[in-house]
Amino acid sequence: MSRWLSLYAVAAYAFLHLPLAVLAVFSFNSSRVTAWESFSFTWYRAAFTDPQLSEATVNSFLIGAAATILATAIGTLCAYALWKRGSLPITSTLYLSMVTPEIVLGIALLALYQWMFRYLGLQLGLHTVILAHVMFCTAYVVTVVAARLRSIDASLEEAALDLGATDWQAFHRVTLPQLVPAIVSAALLVFITSFDDFVITSLVAGVDSETLPMVIYAMARKGFNPAVNAISTMIVLGLGVLILLSSRLERKP
Amino acid sequence: MNRLRFWCLAPATTLLAVLFLVPILIIAAYSLLSRGPYGGVMPPWTLENYTRLADPLYLSILWRTSLYSLAATAVCLLAGFPLAWFISRSGPRKSLFLALVIVPFWTSFLVRTYAWMFLLRDTGLINSTLQSLGLIHQPLPLLYTPFAVIVGLVYGYLPFMILPIYATLEKLDPSLLEASADLGARPITTMFQIVIPLARPGMLAGGVLVFISCLGAYLTPDLLGGGKTIMIGNLVQNQFTAARDWPFGAALSLLLMAVVMAMLMPVLRREKDGLL
Repeated sequence: MSRWLSLYAVAAYAFLHLPLAVLAVFSFNSSRVTAWESFSFTWYRAAFTDPQLSEATVNSFLIGAAATILATAIGTLCAYALWKRGSLPITSTLYLSMVTPEIVLGIALLALYQWMFRYLGLQLGLHTVILAHVMFCTAYVVTVVAARLRSIDASLEEAALDLGATDWQAFHRVTLPQLVPAIVSAALLVFITSFDDFVITSLVAGVDSETLPMVIYAMARKGFNPAVNAISTMIVLGLGVLILLSSRLERKP
Repeated sequence: MNRLRFWCLAPATTLLAVLFLVPILIIAAYSLLSRGPYGGVMPPWTLENYTRLADPLYLSILWRTSLYSLAATAVCLLAGFPLAWFISRSGPRKSLFLALVIVPFWTSFLVRTYAWMFLLRDTGLINSTLQSLGLIHQPLPLLYTPFAVIVGLVYGYLPFMILPIYATLEKLDPSLLEASADLGARPITTMFQIVIPLARPGMLAGGVLVFISCLGAYLTPDLLGGGKTIMIGNLVQNQFTAARDWPFGAALSLLLMAVVMAMLMPVLRREKDGLL
């Protein structure tokens, strides 16, 4: 391989990683301004003791957990049914939900919730955020699980049926166990996506359901606050571990 | 089997119908109604929200959105292709190099955008470093410029370009490259005559993915740009919040969705088996 190409690759990887690395380094800077002073955990302490941040973190975990369980279950069942026999309308709608810009999904959901508010008395809150996340994450689960299903031998399930298993038994005792790595991988992706979402969440969240990205956004807009560097570093590391785990599971045979 | 299939599909179809199709239909209806006195919508039915798109003010925002998206896509293609080529040639460490592209891509979009605010602001790392080195005396205006928005878009969506190109290069038969070299072609000739033409589907898919993501961008222009760099996404958000003109915001949303779908059709048709 030519030396120029390797050199270029180093530069490209630097572009991809340096901004986040610099952020992480400066999260340990004791100074409030962007000049290195000395190593300190000041901003981590500030982040951990901020009541608004801890409340938002709890909300983000609650929403993430609920959205993960629901979207993973719904998406897995859907992928399984589509594996047996495809359905163009459902597949196209799933595609469409994946490619629609987030801002459009957000305002469309907001319009729906306004209707529900008027006619059913629905208030914005954690539940409206969870429903929104389940909606845009289900298609990811279907994609990941469907990819795994394509590599599964359908005759195993047919054999189970021939030997007298019911449909349900064939599904949960023969096919489902083979899907576990893909399902866990999909669940991790959903959690990451839900935990990180800002655009849709900020539109459909109520006053008492601020999430971590919403607080970070507000802090970033207000002006420079090194505590944001500290939270950001923790988020990058946390999500980084999850994504590595997820991609390892996805490739597992 | 049919009962099980029904119960497996019921939750997903209900979810998609109630939380995706119905909201989109509501938006479609709103786009044909008139603006209510305090936000909201009211009769009569009208096409005025669509004709207003031709207003020079809005045309300039649509034009800017296309321009930034095109610029970001071009930079992603030029920067992404060599890296995809590098990864596809990197032998046993291929999966490591691929992970190094994917991992930052999945870690928080918001944080990645914020990282550029941290680098580009007047008192940010780039300006403070240049000033302490004595290279500049006034901070360079980097943040809240078109430059910042395009950098943010490239940084946000570069992997969308790299991954599909890598997928086509990965399938490239190495004997074609050997044959080309045996017949006396220089590496640069092989690249332009063999590799790039064969990688075209990946470049097309990557280009469309990056371009449509940029068209719908909201957070990047919002945080890295200023009032003079707003894109369609910001305009849509503005109509539903500050401007309280829902029908116009709805018309803009539908326009955005229509463009995105029209651009994706050829790519999806090419990938017959698709992702699902």
